[in-house]
Amino acid sequence: MNDLPELPPSTAQNPCPDTPLVVGNHTFGSRLILGTGKYASFAQMRDALALSGTDCVTVAVRRVDMKEGGESILDYIDRDKYTILPNTAFCFDAETALRTARLARELLGTDLVKLEVLGDKLTLLPDPVDTLESCEVLANDGFTVMVYTSDDPRQAVRLENAGAAAIMPAGSPIGSGQGVLNPNAIRIIQELVSVPVIVDAGVGTASDVTLAMELGVDGVLLNSGVALASEPLRMAVAMRDALTAGRNAYLAGRIPRKLYANASSPEAGVVGQAP
Amino acid sequence: MQLVINGEARGFELEPGASVAALIAAMGLRPEVVAVEVNGTLVPRSTHDEHALAEGDRVECVTLVGGG
Repeated sequence: MNDLPELPPSTAQNPCPDTPLVVGNHTFGSRLILGTGKYASFAQMRDALALSGTDCVTVAVRRVDMKEGGESILDYIDRDKYTILPNTAFCFDAETALRTARLARELLGTDLVKLEVLGDKLTLLPDPVDTLESCEVLANDGFTVMVYTSDDPRQAVRLENAGAAAIMPAGSPIGSGQGVLNPNAIRIIQELVSVPVIVDAGVGTASDVTLAMELGVDGVLLNSGVALASEPLRMAVAMRDALTAGRNAYLAGRIPRKLYANASSPEAGVVGQAP
Repeated sequence: MQLVINGEARGFELEPGASVAALIAAMGLRPEVVAVEVNGTLVPRSTHDEHALAEGDRVECVTLVGGG
């Protein structure tokens, strides 16, 4: 071994400070929102939520099943740890969505709602007219409306003007696992609205989350990508790490894309001759 | 008393005038995990004890389930 001088100590501070995700009057430590559907059991759901690092989870409102009894999903969600975001999933008209939102508010005592008013069962794409109408009614009724929408930038602006507290464009159709199909539209939405933008739906794997966060969105909401993975708990960890990676890459500021190479090592002083 | 619960006609051993809270108990449900509409109108939990049911009332009774 050569005698080299001792290395100077690193003085790096934590290089990754971040701000919380703020939606209306609600503050979230994690930028990942996780759904609670499709898990093999409530226990598996509870463990996946914990491993994902999320502190906001979605639930659905449904008629009670009188043949079932006993356990409630609420028995597996620690309300001191998680904010519960009820949705209006599978509502196909404004009236049903409004009823569902109000029942959820009564049940949970929360002003939060993930508004989802769909057009048809095949695509599960949002109906723009009923979504806009419901958003305005709920916002005027005191709800903090996090609204599921398509990646149409003009509809996003309409929804913000109607009182939405967060715009949640679909990356791709619900449960399709196709990731973010139109990154440019998502970027334009962010430029046009001032409320948080959260990519909701279509996330299939970790890189989808990273890509979304690298675009600069404020958060990602996903469910099937974790719940239906072969190993949901491992995927919950992957999604957590992917979100952190994408968020830090966005904040760090990526290098521009170039057509040609740009050497990392200096050209000057090379031994021999370059072409 | 005959009621329509979530779209289905059902009989309960309750007298007309029984409260929503009594119905929830008769259905074997935990009040803290349900919300109720009667004839299309939300019944706040704070009035479950007072809201009297009538023969043939249409009752929606919902709870929370997993969802995304």
